[in-house]
Amino acid sequence: MTGVPRPRVGTGAGEPVVAVDGPVVAAAGGPLLAVRDLSVRFATEEGAVLAVDRVSFDVAERDLVALVGESGCGKSVTAMALTGLLPGNATVTGEIRFAGKDLRRLSEGGLREIRGREIAYVFQEPMTSLNPVLTVGRQIGEVLRRHRDMHGAAVRRRCVELLDLVGIPLAARRLREYPHQLSGGMRQRVMIAMALACEPKLLVADEPTTALDVTVQAGILDVLRTLRAETGTAVLLITHDLGVVADVAERVVVMYAGRVIESADVDELFAKPAHPYTRGLLDAVPNPARHAEGGLREIPGRVPVLSHSPEACTFADRCPRADDTCRTRRPELAPGPTGHPVRCWHPLPDPAATPPRPRGGAR
Amino acid sequence: MTEQALEVSGLVKHFGPVRAVDGVDLSVAAGEVVGLVGESGSGKSTLGRCVTRLLPVTAGSVVIGGRDIAGMSRRQIRPLRRQFNIVFQDPSSSLNPRLTVGDIVAEPLRHHRLGTRSHRRARVVEMLELVGLGGEVTHRYPHELSGGQRQRVSLARALAAGPSLLVADEPTSALDVSVQASVLNLIARLQREMGFACLFITHDLASVEYLAQRVAVMYLGVLVEVADRAELFGSPRHPYTQALLSAAPIPDPPLQRRRQRILLSGEMPSPVAPPPGCRFHTRCPVAVDRCRVEVPVLRPVGPSGALVACHLVGDDGTAPALVGTADQTAAGGTGDSPGRAGGLHR
Repeated sequence: MTGVPRPRVGTGAGEPVVAVDGPVVAAAGGPLLAVRDLSVRFATEEGAVLAVDRVSFDVAERDLVALVGESGCGKSVTAMALTGLLPGNATVTGEIRFAGKDLRRLSEGGLREIRGREIAYVFQEPMTSLNPVLTVGRQIGEVLRRHRDMHGAAVRRRCVELLDLVGIPLAARRLREYPHQLSGGMRQRVMIAMALACEPKLLVADEPTTALDVTVQAGILDVLRTLRAETGTAVLLITHDLGVVADVAERVVVMYAGRVIESADVDELFAKPAHPYTRGLLDAVPNPARHAEGGLREIPGRVPVLSHSPEACTFADRCPRADDTCRTRRPELAPGPTGHPVRCWHPLPDPAATPPRPRGGAR
Repeated sequence: MTEQALEVSGLVKHFGPVRAVDGVDLSVAAGEVVGLVGESGSGKSTLGRCVTRLLPVTAGSVVIGGRDIAGMSRRQIRPLRRQFNIVFQDPSSSLNPRLTVGDIVAEPLRHHRLGTRSHRRARVVEMLELVGLGGEVTHRYPHELSGGQRQRVSLARALAAGPSLLVADEPTSALDVSVQASVLNLIARLQREMGFACLFITHDLASVEYLAQRVAVMYLGVLVEVADRAELFGSPRHPYTQALLSAAPIPDPPLQRRRQRILLSGEMPSPVAPPPGCRFHTRCPVAVDRCRVEVPVLRPVGPSGALVACHLVGDDGTAPALVGTADQTAAGGTGDSPGRAGGLHR
C-alpha cells in the first residue's frame, strides 16, 4: 500500500471535482504525506464554520514545506487535522495518506501510535507544552521509555544526544533543570528535542519561532535546517512570516480562507507569484526599494469567515482583478502561467514573458 | 539647532534590583520619527513608559515641550499630557470595552476640557475620518471591530488632542501582515500630515526601516548605536547591531540564502546583574580584554557623527567586521559561496 493512488473522497458539497491531478507539490520519490480534499467544519454557537476547504498538498521525505497564510486561513487547523487533534465539534472529510497508511481510517489508538512516534508536533508557546514540575531530562526520557522502550543509561545517553542535536550546550547539566530555568529559545529547542526523540518521519512545526526574538529565531531555524540533513525528518512548517519562509522552506503552500490558493518552489513563488493574494502579501512586507512609491501595498477588506464553500473565489471581494466570473464560479487549483498550481481565474502573467516596462510601480 | 520634541538624558529606571533602563540619552526632533529597536528584555518598552510617565523615573530627565517631566507628580503632569501620548501593541486591552468608539476618541478632549461639546463631536468625526474609519463606527464598541480597526481607534484617541509627540510601542506586532501594512501606512501619513514627532518602539526591523528617519538600538538597558536609517541599515557598526540585522530574514529566498548570519552565543544576560564593561561582551564574537572591564560610552564617530558605544569602532567610523569570524555560519549550507555580506540588509 505504497503507491498512493488517489481515490476521490466526496466532500458532500455535490460539486464536480476538477482538482489538479497528481501531487500539488511535486516531489521526487513519492510523497511521505499526501493530503487530498481535506475539509474541516466546526459546529459553533453561531453556526457552521468551514475552516478548511478541500485542501490538497504533499510533503516528500526530507522535504521542508511551508504552509503559509494569515490568521484564520486554516493553516493550523490543517496541521492539527492530520493526526486527529481537533476538538469534538470538528467534522473532517477527505484523505490523509502518511507513509502508506490512511490516517483517516485509523482508530484513536492507531492515531496515538502515529502521533509523537511518526508525526511529531512543535507549537508556538513551549511553556504551555512543557510540564513545569518535571525536569527536562525526565520529560524527554519519558518519551523514550514509553515509545522506544529504552531504559536506564541508554535513556540518558540518548537525551544528551538529542540536546546536542538541537544545539543546547552543556546538555548533561540542562537535563537536570526545570523549564522555568530555561530561556524561551532554549525551551523551544527542548520541545524540538522531545519531538525528535522518536525519530519521527514528519515534524509539524506550528509557528515555532513566532514568540522568539530574531537572534534566537535564527538559531531555531538552523536547527530545522540541519535536522533534516542529520535525521532525514521532513518538516511541515506553519507560519505567517515570509522572511522565515524565504530562509528555510523549499516548497510553499499558500492558504487563504480555508483553501490552498497557490503552491510552488520557494524561489518561484517569491519571484513569480501568480495569485493576486500572494502578490499582495509579498508587497505588504516593508521593502526599502519601494519607499518612494507611496507606501506599502494594502489589501483592503478582511478574510471572510465561511459557513460553506462558495461557488466563487473567496478572495474576489478584495481582489483588484476580480470580475463576474470570480464572483460566480469557483476556481480550481490548476497550473498557472508559470506552470505551478494557482487557484485563480485571472492569474498574474509570468513576469519573464511580459514585455518590460510595466507601468506605475507594478514590479 | 532644531527644536526637540523629546530630550531624554541619563534616564534610569530600576524595578528593585532589575536595571531595566540604565542610563539612556536620546532625543527626537520636532516632526522626526525615531525608531527604537531591541529584543525582549532590552528595556525599550520601559523606556517608552518612562518617557510618557506611565512609570515613575528612577533618575535622569525627560524634557518635553521645554519642561522636565521626569520628577513631576502625577498632578503636575496631567495638564501637560496634551503634548504627548502613547499607543500600545494590543488595542483590545487598551480600549475600554464599555465605551463606544466615539466616547473613546473624545476622552482626551474631555479630559483636557478642549472645545465645546459640539466642537468635540466634530473633532471625533474628523479624527475617525483621518484614521480611515467612517463616522458609522462612532456608536460601535471595540469588540465589534477588527484588530486593525481597533488600532486605528487607538491612534485617533492618541492624536485627538494634537500632541507634539507620539510614542508607539509595537503598534503593529499583533496584526496580520496585510493589516500591518495598512497601519504602518496610516502612521506614516498621519505623521506627515499632522507633523508630530514619533518614538516608534519595535522589534521588527523591517517596519523601522520603513517608517523611521533615525534608529536607536537598545541592548540590556542601554543604547549601543544611534544613526540615520540608511547608515544604520547600510553599514551597521556595533557588533550587536550587525548581529541583529543579519539574523532578521529577508523575504527574498536567493538573497536570503547568500547572506551570512552572525550567530550569537548564549542569551541576553539578566538585567539584575548586567556584565561589567560592555554589556554585550559576553556574546560578542570580537570582544577583547578592554571590553570586559571598561564601559564604552555612546560617542559620535565617522563623518556623519553616528553614535556608537563600542571600543572596537574607530573615531573615523571603521567597525569590526563580524562576517568572516568563527561564530557565523553560512545560511543554508547550500554550497553557495557567500561572498561578503556587506549590505546585510539590502
